[in-house]
Formats: sequence, structure tokens, C-alpha cells
Amino acid sequence: MPLFRDEEYLKVDFDEKQEKDEALWVKCKSCSKLIFKKKLQENNHICPNCGAYFFLTAKERIKSLIDRETFVDETKRIESDDPLNFNDAKPYKERLEEAQKETEMFDSIIVGRGEVEEHLLVIAVMDFRFIGGSMGSVVGEQIASGIELAAEEGLPFVLISSSGGARMQEGLLSLMQMVKTTSAREILTHKQLPFVSVMTYPTTAGVEASIASLGDVTLAEKGALIGFAGRKVIEETIGEELPANFQSSKFAYEQGIVDAVVDRDNLKPELAKVLEFF
Amino acid sequence: MSEKKTLEELESQIEQLKQLHSQNGLDLSDEIAKLSEKLSDRQKTAKERLDGWDIVQLARHPDRPDGRAYIDALTDDFYPLHGDRLLGDDKALTGGLAKYDGQTVVIIAQSKGGNASESQETNFGMLKSEGYRKAQRLMDLAEKFDFPILSLIDTPGAYPGKEAEENNIGGMIAQCISRMITLNVPTIAAVIGEGGSGGAVAIGAADRVLMLENSIYSVISPEGCAAILWKNRDNADEAARGLKLTAANAKELGVVDEVIDEGPGAHKEFKIAADNLDRSLKKNLSELSQLNEEELLERRQKKYRQMGSFRRVTKDTERSEGS
Repeated sequence: MPLFRDEEYLKVDFDEKQEKDEALWVKCKSCSKLIFKKKLQENNHICPNCGAYFFLTAKERIKSLIDRETFVDETKRIESDDPLNFNDAKPYKERLEEAQKETEMFDSIIVGRGEVEEHLLVIAVMDFRFIGGSMGSVVGEQIASGIELAAEEGLPFVLISSSGGARMQEGLLSLMQMVKTTSAREILTHKQLPFVSVMTYPTTAGVEASIASLGDVTLAEKGALIGFAGRKVIEETIGEELPANFQSSKFAYEQGIVDAVVDRDNLKPELAKVLEFF
Repeated sequence: MSEKKTLEELESQIEQLKQLHSQNGLDLSDEIAKLSEKLSDRQKTAKERLDGWDIVQLARHPDRPDGRAYIDALTDDFYPLHGDRLLGDDKALTGGLAKYDGQTVVIIAQSKGGNASESQETNFGMLKSEGYRKAQRLMDLAEKFDFPILSLIDTPGAYPGKEAEENNIGGMIAQCISRMITLNVPTIAAVIGEGGSGGAVAIGAADRVLMLENSIYSVISPEGCAAILWKNRDNADEAARGLKLTAANAKELGVVDEVIDEGPGAHKEFKIAADNLDRSLKKNLSELSQLNEEELLERRQKKYRQMGSFRRVTKDTERSEGS
């Protein structure tokens, strides 16, 4: 059996029906209440009881931001070739296969064209389920080509980050994606096209220290985690406990790292509002 | 590590012979020469047998010369510049002006410090936000006056601290990469010890990237990688081998342009390493000087555009293919 049926892959179905065997209820990690899954979906994956944000998959994010029926998938048909032949507790090849199966994605990012309240743009959306949304060669390539597409078409570029950082299993090549994406970003500068970076939970390490921090306008989704080093590493280094809100969206805003903190429900109109200026 | 013992034994034998030679007036030069040759042969084959974890030890060797040592060895009129003009002066980053091969260059060097007290001062080569701002300031200066940039990489990683995060260290690294990639002057980076993840690549987006043979360049420290993937820092040796972080690996992956021979190792014979680096820097600098601004930028952009490794997904990608 082929792994993917290429032509159907990544079709974002705005009226997707729930799979039969899927659980109907999910438990909120924040308030422990059982929530009807359909209700959660209708509510932008925000707990109707306590307001906690659930992870959005890349497809769900696209559905929540892009106008109905305007999305055209432009994700390149590429996947990791495991350049280091990396094995830890589990071979990287296996991790990749599992992630592909679970997410029905080639890697942790979807790139496409679409409209946000009738503003045409190119959007790249990361999916945390796929090996922590980490950036390896494929993600770097997808971001670079997404930017090139935006430049060719004279469109704004929007990146929705949800990534723990560079992908360890591809070693130095992952590190180089920081340079690759940063270098690609320059094309937008030359063409005077806006790049809006949206940081969601989490935007950290190699992704935060490269492309995600280079937006002309940078928005943080409420409840995001934004930072370079991990909390635990910092606490071990400085020998003290960090405040609860450390590296939160609010923290990033107060430190002047992002331009605004936006509720998930408001992200779409906020993006449209920003794009209106360019 | 019996190989290491053999080498040490040979070294001590030579030492003893040398002492006998000088103290007792015995002529042992033939024997010394023979043993020295044997040692150097052994060293050569031993080099090939070193794995990623061995190289990590060499890259972090306490006697390994740091950025300042290379500045001293390669230039004789280095003029340090201090401060990022806002937060302070990051001693983990030594930077300034120097005459090199007949022209003024800007040097940006991460320095771990040569001894314990220096290492305290330089924060063991871990830069904070001000260090990356300082690097950008020096890049601006270089561009303004058409000075080429030589950057020396040696850091375990950017400093994981509270203030660093408050001062947007991730953003500063991003800006540093962005600044470096757009410079219209020739840039050469050399990894001289530890190329520790984002903190290293911040000053590494150069036209040419060189790497001393006992250096490492990695997306994450082997310990950090082991802690996350193996859930145990004790697996750092395995992680080091898996991460393919040696100079030879980096060259194979197309990330590094040239590996610099260190002879017996920079921690033992600094002059050999420094001379070889010097030769390579001069060669690369003169090659880059032939290019005009446009060519320089175009080539640099191309170089990083094609970095990475992946394959096309075909319709008949079979699940069984990989197994």
C-alpha cells in the first residue's frame, strides 16, 4: 500500500466528519472536565469550560485562519532521507514513519496559498505532533520555498510556528536550516513584502532563534511558550526557580519581544488587520 | 582506550630517551628519531580511529587554545573593541580591528578563556544577548568600511540565563544570522573548538566555513541530546557518535568547506594548527576578494539555499521500502 495517496494528501476539508472509531469525548488537561469533541472543534479547540487552549494541528489551524475554500496546498512533496542514519532509543526512520502515519503529513509543516478575510497570502503552518514540530531539512526547504512562492506572486508570507526547535536527528543539517530560512527571508525584504510571524505554543530554540523572530510584525498567540533555552536548563544553570509566567506570551510582550498577544479567536481578524496596512 | 595508552607510552619513552640523551651525553638521536617516527605513524592511524565522542573530548580539552590565542597567533596589532552600546560588554566575544595579510579586517571571536579565572570572565564562551549585539555592531562596522570579517567559533552554546531570555537572546541570534547573511563584504568563519548549536551558527553564516579537525559542530550538545532522546545524559557518547558532529562529518554534509589539519592536535602543537589555519584563511580571503558584492551575495545565498538533505515522495513510496 502506498504511504500517501498523493492527490488527496493535505486536502483541507472544512467539513471533515469525525472518524467512526474516534473517541467522542476528550478530557481537558487544565480543568479535567470531559468535553464533547465536536463542541471543542466548534470552539476553536478552546475548552468551553475553562478556556484552556488545546493544540491545533496544522490542518485545524488552517481551517481556523483561512477563508473557506480558498486554501491551495503548496507543500512540496518531499520527506526526510535520514541523512545521519540516526538511531537513539528508536531509529529516526521509525519515528518519521510513525509521525507521518499519525499526522498524515510528510513532515511537520504545511505550506499553502489562501485568503485571510480576503487577503491573499502564503502561509506556512507547523504541526507540533510531528516530532515536536522540529525543523530539519524538510521544514527548512518548505519555509524557503514558501517564501519564494510568496515573492514570485507578490504576496505576504505568514508563518505559524509551533516547534521545539531544530531537529536533533538530522544534526548539523538541522542547525543550518536556521541560516537557510533566515537567508530566504531576505527575499521578502528585497521585494518589500511583509512577513508576519505568529508564535504559538511552543516557539523555542532553533526556530525562535531564526525565522520566527524575524517577522516585520510578530504576534504571539495567548498561552504560547516563547524562548531560546528550556526552562529546566536555565533553572539548573542559575540555580533558582523561574516565575510561572517566564517565557509566556505575556512575558514576551512585556519584554518587547512580540508586538501583540492575541486570543485564538481573534487571530484571524488580527492578521487581516495587520495585512491591511501593507 | 588502549590506543591512547600506547601513544602515551611511546611519548614517555621518547621523553626518557631525550633526557638520557641530554644528561648523560649518550648519542641516542637514532633511537629517538625511530621512536618519533613510530609515534607519528601511530598518531596518524589513531586519528582515523577517533570517534565522535573522542573528538568531543579534544574539542573541549582544557589546553585547547581559545579565540584570543588565535587572534594573538594570527595578528600582531589587534585592536579590541568593547561593548554593544546598550547592555554592556560581553567578554565571551572578543572582537575588534586587526591588520591581516596587508589589510584591515574585523575579527569576531568567541573565547572560552585560557585558564580558570579567564574562563570565569568569559563565561566559558557562552554569549549573552549583548554578545550577539556586539557581533552585529562589528558586522556593521565591517560593512561600512569594506573590511572582510574573520569569525572564530568556540562556544558550548548561548548562555541559558534569565536575563538572556529577558533580553531576547533568541531574537539576537536570529538578527545576527540575518545581518551576517546580508553583509556585502567577504566573510570567513572557522570553528576552532566547540560549535555549539544556535549560539555558534549566529556568527557562522559565512562565505567560507573552515573547521579545525579536532573541533565539533553540532545542533545540540551530546549531553543535551542524550538527556532528551535517551532520557539519560550518560548516553552522551552514543549521542556524540550519532550526531555526526566532527569536522570530517561536517565536510561530508556540505556544511564546512575545508577541514584544517592540526597535526598532533592544537592542544599539543598550537603552532601547527595556527599556521595551517593561517594559510587557509589567507587563501580563502584572497579568493573571496576577487568577487564583487553581487557575486558574493549571490554565492552566499545559493550556498545556504541548497543546504539540507531530503528526498521526493513518490506515489509508490512503499511502507516496506525502508525495512
